[in-house]
Amino acid sequence: MANPLTAETLGGGFDDAPIQSARAFRAALDAMARPGRIHVIAGARPPAPLSAAAGTLLLTLADGTTPVHLAGDIDCDALRGWITFHTGAPLVPAEAAVFAVGRWTDLAPAHRFAIGTPEYPDRAATLIVEMPVLEAEGPVLAGPGIRDRARLTLPDPEAFRANHALFPLGFDTFLTCGNRVAGLPRSTRVEDF
Amino acid sequence: MTEQAYNFAYLDEQTKRMIRRAILKGVAVPGCQVPFASREMPMPYGWGTGGVQVTAACLTPEDRLKVIDQGADDTTNAVSIRSFFRRTAGVAVTGATADATLIQTRHRIPEHPLTEDQILVYQVPIPEPLRFLEPREPETRKMHSLEEYGLMHVKLYEDIARHGAIATSYDYPVKVEGRYVMDPSPIPKFDNPKLSGCPALQLFGAGREQRIYALPPYTSVVSLDFDDHPFDPGKADHDCDLCGAGDSYLDEVIIDDAGGRMFVCSDTDFCQGRRAAGHIGRLGAPAGAAA
Ligand SMILES: [Zn+2]
Repeated sequence: MANPLTAETLGGGFDDAPIQSARAFRAALDAMARPGRIHVIAGARPPAPLSAAAGTLLLTLADGTTPVHLAGDIDCDALRGWITFHTGAPLVPAEAAVFAVGRWTDLAPAHRFAIGTPEYPDRAATLIVEMPVLEAEGPVLAGPGIRDRARLTLPDPEAFRANHALFPLGFDTFLTCGNRVAGLPRSTRVEDF
Repeated sequence: MTEQAYNFAYLDEQTKRMIRRAILKGVAVPGCQVPFASREMPMPYGWGTGGVQVTAACLTPEDRLKVIDQGADDTTNAVSIRSFFRRTAGVAVTGATADATLIQTRHRIPEHPLTEDQILVYQVPIPEPLRFLEPREPETRKMHSLEEYGLMHVKLYEDIARHGAIATSYDYPVKVEGRYVMDPSPIPKFDNPKLSGCPALQLFGAGREQRIYALPPYTSVVSLDFDDHPFDPGKADHDCDLCGAGDSYLDEVIIDDAGGRMFVCSDTDFCQGRRAAGHIGRLGAPAGAAA
């Protein structure tokens, strides 16, 4: 087993957690509240291959009470150590995850993730999907948070359409790329693609 | 300056993370009540501990905070909350709706239209709109899950049968995006139309009841009504006696021992802004001349 206490594991966290997590949460909140808008979110410097945006979301939202699933090449020694050290989150299979991080192809099939219960729709997973590109173009989005229509790069429009069909159940998604984030709550309708 | 004895915005990081996760789920399912573990705050319930915790979880050092209590910036409650966050988060404060980035409110929506750059945080005493019909939480949870809102309509219709109109004048229930029935907090029904299609994000925090819910920007919010009795937000028969506004929500104020009364905007910032712009009501003095 690799040495768990490398500089890579111990570094890359927030220098000033209360302030940096406050700013990061506002970016995440605005992203989730306004699907299609792309925000800069930064502060964390996680080991490769995790993006700064995905790392910052984890430091801001995850802790010992929120099991995290790492998918594909995100599930490596360096990142397991970094996330465990900085958040204390238990690492779990997809089905048990409150947060799941990875490329879409590694997270699929998405129906493995918690979608909440009829009485508690909030008990649903949040996916953090690492994107090769993230732009305000592509499939048309509508719904709460969107004044008219928005567009956003989606990895798999049909999967998000199927997820919306479960509303008020369903998972919620952050799309991350570099230091940028966009939100795609289950309430968003993916109209045509 | 932030006082060193406190964490930023008073709450510890673990508590803020928990509240932030609840807020995000509330945003993802508009109108749905999300449980959270409310913390003891250095103020009693009824002072807006739910709103204060939501505000604490959302504030950044760059924010300009406005706090209103029934439309007024200068009540003890509003002054205390504003000063609490000025000390614990070091944020700037303002009375001007247009200058604020985050507004915490008790029982009003400001008259000045809100923008995309603002968050409105409501203090909520009773978050469950079905509570007076069904006291048991598991039952109301089930009613929401099955969209079983018939009893709510029956209650409103009984109003019509008894009074000839729906008597509920505040806390008037709404339906969000055609799905969840939601309690908008005790705002006057006059404010209900402002809930819908609002460019600002609206967050609701109930401290004692430990619930958070949300209306994302541009969410459709419909006040419950009937085809033969459409929702009527109501309108005072008066203009504001100080600024002459004919389209704002008015408070009735007793002005002398003889029972003399005047009607003034409940939104003090709105009223002062109009008077500063030269609008004068029936009893108003020009701006600057008033005591
Ligand atoms: Zn006035």
